[in-house]
Amino acid sequence: MNLKDIALLNLRRRKAKAAFVLAGLLIGVATMVALVGLAEALTHEINHKLEKYGANILVTPRSDQLSLTYEGMSLGGFSFETKELKETDLEKIRHIKNAGNLAAVGPMVLGVVRVGQQEVLLSGVDFEASEILKPWWKVEGAAPGPGQVVLGSEAARVLGLATGQELVIQDRRLTVSGLLTPTGSQDDGLIFSQVATAQELLGKQGLVSMVEVAALCKDCPVEDMVEQISEVLPTAKVVAIQSVVKGRMETLKHFKSFGMGVSGLVALVGSLVVLVTMMASVKERTQEIGIFRAIGFRQSHVMRVVLLEAALLSLAAGVLGYLLGLGAGELALPLFSQGHGAHVAFDPWLAGGALVLALVVGLAASLYPSLMAARMDPHEALRTL
Amino acid sequence: MSFIQGQDLAKTYGSGEAAMTALDGASFSIEKGEFVAVMGPSGSGKSTLLSVLGALNTPSRGRYLVDGKDIYALGSDQRADFRRQYLGFVFQSFNLVPYLSICENVMLPLAIQKMPSRRKRDLAIGALERVGLAGKQDRLPSQVSGGEQERTAVARALVNNPPILLADEPTGNLDVATSREVMEAHGGGADVSEGGGPSASAPIAGRGAL
Repeated sequence: MNLKDIALLNLRRRKAKAAFVLAGLLIGVATMVALVGLAEALTHEINHKLEKYGANILVTPRSDQLSLTYEGMSLGGFSFETKELKETDLEKIRHIKNAGNLAAVGPMVLGVVRVGQQEVLLSGVDFEASEILKPWWKVEGAAPGPGQVVLGSEAARVLGLATGQELVIQDRRLTVSGLLTPTGSQDDGLIFSQVATAQELLGKQGLVSMVEVAALCKDCPVEDMVEQISEVLPTAKVVAIQSVVKGRMETLKHFKSFGMGVSGLVALVGSLVVLVTMMASVKERTQEIGIFRAIGFRQSHVMRVVLLEAALLSLAAGVLGYLLGLGAGELALPLFSQGHGAHVAFDPWLAGGALVLALVVGLAASLYPSLMAARMDPHEALRTL
Repeated sequence: MSFIQGQDLAKTYGSGEAAMTALDGASFSIEKGEFVAVMGPSGSGKSTLLSVLGALNTPSRGRYLVDGKDIYALGSDQRADFRRQYLGFVFQSFNLVPYLSICENVMLPLAIQKMPSRRKRDLAIGALERVGLAGKQDRLPSQVSGGEQERTAVARALVNNPPILLADEPTGNLDVATSREVMEAHGGGADVSEGGGPSASAPIAGRGAL
């Protein structure tokens, strides 16, 4: 038998008090785990969405004119004749400090061409990058090879063309390799080709009209990336596309701070429960502590018995609280999540944090009661019988 | 020099007009192997003397020496160590810890000693056998009789083989024959026993002090 056994046996006897302390800590830990776990799961979900969202930075030549289009409605002539970016600028973008966060860099060459009697916007794009930049694109047929084009649904209707048919642009014969399914955007009215094809047809060799960039912004804010690109391309206008996702990210940040605040408050209440219960327990054990001291326990031995009890309860509360919090978070997730399949995952850091929180709160709140027990005058303690 | 020495020990509780002197200039010496009974009417300061001898109650005046050591000049930890190494206590109300079994109660003084738990248990069982409680080690204090509780308290006081055994009306619940057995179980050391009257302690005490 040693001090640990005494602590264990006492806990076993005073089950109600032990349960009370356990509950106080458990609720605190579970709240923390549930809220933090929930925030993590939602962040993960949003990051996942961000990756799927497509381009979030637009690099265009700096123009002195104001836009004459609004929401796809053109109210004046196109201003694409102004300036162009150089194709070599793409390399500069690929070598910025946070290059690791670049998911895709997609150049686009734009220009007006004539197909029969119709003026159409021709867009040369990197179809490989488009898979990330425009994940909503669906091509019926194949992506265009050299000498091939893909038509937006509206363009195909107006021009009366279908997959496999041919059209002539600037005296060049091109085959329609596929059709873009309706996107509901300006893209429906465009003709798409490879970048090189468009440059050749538009006489813009080595130039691009704009660059779309998809940045993964788990670790870095989009603003930083924008700044870095602006630095390497001083003549270009670099704009972050403000998105709904970003607003949601902001909300999540608030939710996180709210969660932390609530967790802190609940932990505080938990520590008060521990403090009061441990004080009562120590008072109740006055006689016993008197005996301990009379038979030769040092003050530190008495303190150790009380703190050992607190530590054992805290550890149990940490483990149970983590599991309970995980369960509660999982149950509450559908209330906050927009998509399906999000989960509050096992996180060793959160599990460790739960244990540490329980131990710190449990031991800190038991420190004063244990001191009180240790400092008890053994003679007085034995006289209270 | 005597093993135990009290020099002009006094204890006053409270101060001013409410001051109450429980012990007033007690001097005595006790040798190893001696059995001393302290007798007196209730309120005569017997329990105070015992608590002073037990290194639990700092006297207002005087010195208390054991084995040449001035006990109340020691620090709190050293005094706790002294209690562990030198003293065995039998309290008036036995003071068993209710959630520990008879055997665990007896092992209590060993809980803070570095020793294999097997040996702790063997020592406790040995002490229980000496007071005639073999076979009841796994019961709780509430599951044995008053006399058995008392003997458990005696076994706990003896398990360390302390040189001094202090007992507060130790055998009040025991008949004279059993009392003698219990006292004989503690051979060689100094025993200080305190009793309300000469009923139980006196017939076996070597020296009575009133």
